[in-house]
Amino acid sequence: MEIPGGVRSAREAGLVACQRCTRVWPAGTEVCDRCGHTIESRDHLALQKVWAWWVVGLACYVPANVLPMLSTRTLVIQQENTIVGGAVELAEHGNWGVAIVILVASVLIPMGKFAVIAALAMSVRHGSSMSRIRRQQLYEVVEYIGRWSMIDVFVVALLSSLVQLGALAAIVPGPASLYFALSVIFTMLSAQSFDSRMIWDPDAVVDKQARAAELRNRAG
Amino acid sequence: MHPTTPIPGEDLADLIACPKCDALYKASEPASMERAVCARCHTVLIAPRKGAGMRLIAVSLTVVILVVAATLFPFLTIRIGGASHSSSVLDAALSFQGGLFFALALAVAALIVFIPVLRALLMLYVLVPIVFDRPPARGAKAAFRMSEDLRPWSMAEIFAIGCAVALVKVADLAQVEFGPAFYMFSVLVVLVIVQDSFLCRYSVWKSLEA
Repeated sequence: MEIPGGVRSAREAGLVACQRCTRVWPAGTEVCDRCGHTIESRDHLALQKVWAWWVVGLACYVPANVLPMLSTRTLVIQQENTIVGGAVELAEHGNWGVAIVILVASVLIPMGKFAVIAALAMSVRHGSSMSRIRRQQLYEVVEYIGRWSMIDVFVVALLSSLVQLGALAAIVPGPASLYFALSVIFTMLSAQSFDSRMIWDPDAVVDKQARAAELRNRAG
Repeated sequence: MHPTTPIPGEDLADLIACPKCDALYKASEPASMERAVCARCHTVLIAPRKGAGMRLIAVSLTVVILVVAATLFPFLTIRIGGASHSSSVLDAALSFQGGLFFALALAVAALIVFIPVLRALLMLYVLVPIVFDRPPARGAKAAFRMSEDLRPWSMAEIFAIGCAVALVKVADLAQVEFGPAFYMFSVLVVLVIVQDSFLCRYSVWKSLEA
């Protein structure tokens, strides 16, 4: 489906597109007349918003891992578990499958998300060795998968509402659940703030190199 | 989709731009079950399906009924010796108590109950007049926009997977029984996926424009 030299962006054609309903308007239009969505050719504050949510997201992710997520009390024991601690304990009991689900959902995915969002935001400024389509795919994966980190908060909610057996056993949510939920919400907002159209805009860096090469050719 | 070089003065209503990469195209509606895909970033732009409207109405209605019912019925029951305790979805959301936890309880309740129901209701409000060939409902555009904004925040299906994890965690502590709400939520997961795959946003906006 690749048409060489054929694809032009709405911006290059002097138009501005609505990202909600795909309708196109003359440049400078501020509100889409079809769906009422606010439109902007490129949001110049987008990268700042991305980084702002990214930083608070990361700030919440630290206590989410250090503080206890659950505290369990049975007749014989009372213990508090962090996210990783809980997963390790499950693995020790032989529940490898669930331990892996928890580690992937609450450690691997959040860490990967922070790394990918940061890399994408930097690639807009400084260019990237990765192809545009690859970066677009990465962005879509992050946007899709981000919500799934919430799974651990739901597990804590379920466990602590279910295991309320008076003196026999009780599970109480720990402070980490709050921080973890906030961290997931903030990183979702960070990913949503990113304007993926910027991946496809001609790179400022590449432009500069091309211009320099042209000048050299002329001189030579 | 074929890229286009618009002539000045050409009717802008015939053009569409990829929301992900801003590539400009002359819109040509594909046949039912076919999809118009952006040539450079592969985002699906138009994907009309015959009878999708009716199916979406059916699915949205089912989602409303399932979530409301699943919220009220017991979800899981555990037993240790003589003691037992049942918990519904709302109990789970409200298990966060005291101070800041209260905000978390509200957020969890919103993510797994209120937002999925609200989205389904908005969808019904937008689609019912269109499908039955009536003029769009008042504020239908705002309703559909809101429904789209809420999409990432509707997490009923994630909660359903969370249940499976919670089950394994309590399994060696106590005996667990599924309540009727558990099966309702399992159906919900499938429905949410169906709902998203049938919805062609371009077609909806096009019919709201008329």
